[in-house]
Amino acid sequence: MNPTSPPTGRISRVVADLAPSAIRRFFDLVAQTEGVISLGVGEPDFATPWSFSSAAIGSLEAGRTTYTSNQGLLSLRRGIVAHIQRLYDLLYDPTDEVLVTIGVSEGLDIACRALLNPGDEVVIVEPCFVSYQAAVRLAHAVPVPVATHAADAFNPRAADVAAAITPRTRAIMVCSPSNPTGAVYSRACLEGIARLAAAHDLLVLSDEIYDQLYYGTEGHTCFAALPGMRERTIYFNGFSKAYAMTGWRIGYACGPADIIAAMTKIHQYTVMCAPTASQEAALEALRRGEPRVAEMVRSYDQRRRLLVDGFNRLGLDCFEPLGAFYTFPSVARTGLSDEEFCERLLVERKVATVPGSAFGACGAGHIRATYATGLPQLREALERIERFLQSL
Amino acid sequence: MTEHQRLELLRAIETEPLVDHAELAVRLGVEAGEVGAELASLEEAGVIKGYRALIDWDRLQTGAVHAFVDVHVNPEAEAGFDAIARRIARFEEVHSLHLVSGGRDLLVVVRGQDFKEVALFVAEKLAPIQGVTRTTTSFVLRTYKTEGTALLSATEDTRLAIAP
Ligand SMILES: Cc1ncc(COP(=O)(O)O)c(C=O)c1O
Repeated sequence: MNPTSPPTGRISRVVADLAPSAIRRFFDLVAQTEGVISLGVGEPDFATPWSFSSAAIGSLEAGRTTYTSNQGLLSLRRGIVAHIQRLYDLLYDPTDEVLVTIGVSEGLDIACRALLNPGDEVVIVEPCFVSYQAAVRLAHAVPVPVATHAADAFNPRAADVAAAITPRTRAIMVCSPSNPTGAVYSRACLEGIARLAAAHDLLVLSDEIYDQLYYGTEGHTCFAALPGMRERTIYFNGFSKAYAMTGWRIGYACGPADIIAAMTKIHQYTVMCAPTASQEAALEALRRGEPRVAEMVRSYDQRRRLLVDGFNRLGLDCFEPLGAFYTFPSVARTGLSDEEFCERLLVERKVATVPGSAFGACGAGHIRATYATGLPQLREALERIERFLQSL
Repeated sequence: MTEHQRLELLRAIETEPLVDHAELAVRLGVEAGEVGAELASLEEAGVIKGYRALIDWDRLQTGAVHAFVDVHVNPEAEAGFDAIARRIARFEEVHSLHLVSGGRDLLVVVRGQDFKEVALFVAEKLAPIQGVTRTTTSFVLRTYKTEGTALLSATEDTRLAIAP
């Protein structure tokens, strides 16, 4: 190793200026601690249902180890289209309006690169998934955050979104159900965003990766299915969360053909195609996965109530999240900042959570705690948090 | 309690019969007293037959031996399979008994202290029953999964402790 520090200036300014994910620091802290119960994980605790895995194994055994079409297996794109049509009565053409990506992560990245010019602005509803800001910045564009509040169940106010729009705004990024809050935006809220998008001729990047992890009664609102929105929306979804397939890296983007073609150009030059065996597993998930998803959703729903009830009982106000697998309780009552709270809880009681401010400034004063972990661990975590609060 | 909540209650109690009722009420989103009351009425109605432990007998030196016994029968003219099935079910050695499709008629799970006890039960009690034409006994040598639960060593949680 070279003992002197690396020369400055050889990393691009955009990347050098990109703050490392605030989650990273916690990750290192947890790695040094034994016996931690983690409520800090953003992925399912379920193993991938075996029939999906066995479909991939079968495809390997059959020797299907070559590239697929850049856009992804046509059978998978057809399956995706049928799935969306059945859920949302929304029809995409599998030949030119669907792109299979390496997770929603890649989809977001190439959408930003395909759509944004340097200096363009993207309105991002916060707190949000840590990649949004980065994806916009890496496309040399400017993220413009819109804050949301617990009092509104973390639904953005139309007036706040409107205030963030400038002549340079090109797109709005929304995510419902949301990581990290678990919030589901009401139909009225999404309609408000739709009106603004239409009035200002904006694109909407709608990350609906948690659409099936939904515990309300009214049903998930698909943004692209709102009147007039199909033509200005890129719909992102994937298999990571609902199908417990994070490591398989399969997502997809659906949208107007010109945008999908532009994204496919980048995709083709940078990754060629999503992994073939993973695409086969995803296809199996669409074909036979529904009962497995339903089982997982029922299980999450019970754990959700347990954790939300637990936090509220302990005096950490927690609004009822209706989607994903996150709770986002307020720790303001303790007098600690969210970072102090998480750090002390981890060090003193060995429970890992993530500070809300890691997901945007307006997340401060909250922590993200996931219930994608077993009931015994959730019970134990709540007991440890109770002891922690008593010791403050 | 809604039908959905009732099903969720049964699914939960099937896998964790010892669960605290107050916790279960929170998980299902019902009032604290409702779980006990609903369980009582499900017991009354005969939907819940009992609460059992799931035991991996293979972990003990002495435990239980199970065998799957395929039984072929001549059904009786009037009573069909029911009469003979009732006769077989009376034996304490019979752990479970099903009328099945396929190459045999009845699938009987026989349980005993050891192989000999089970084998003798089949030879001396089951096979001679009038109407039984043939039996085939398969001893269980190892149980990998039972009642939806894998008995193999648990898989580790390999997830990163903090992830976005
Ligand atoms: C809101 C949101 N979008 C996208 C992703 C990335 O998912 P994928 O595994 O499909 O790349 C995550 C994962 O945490 C997420 O929470």
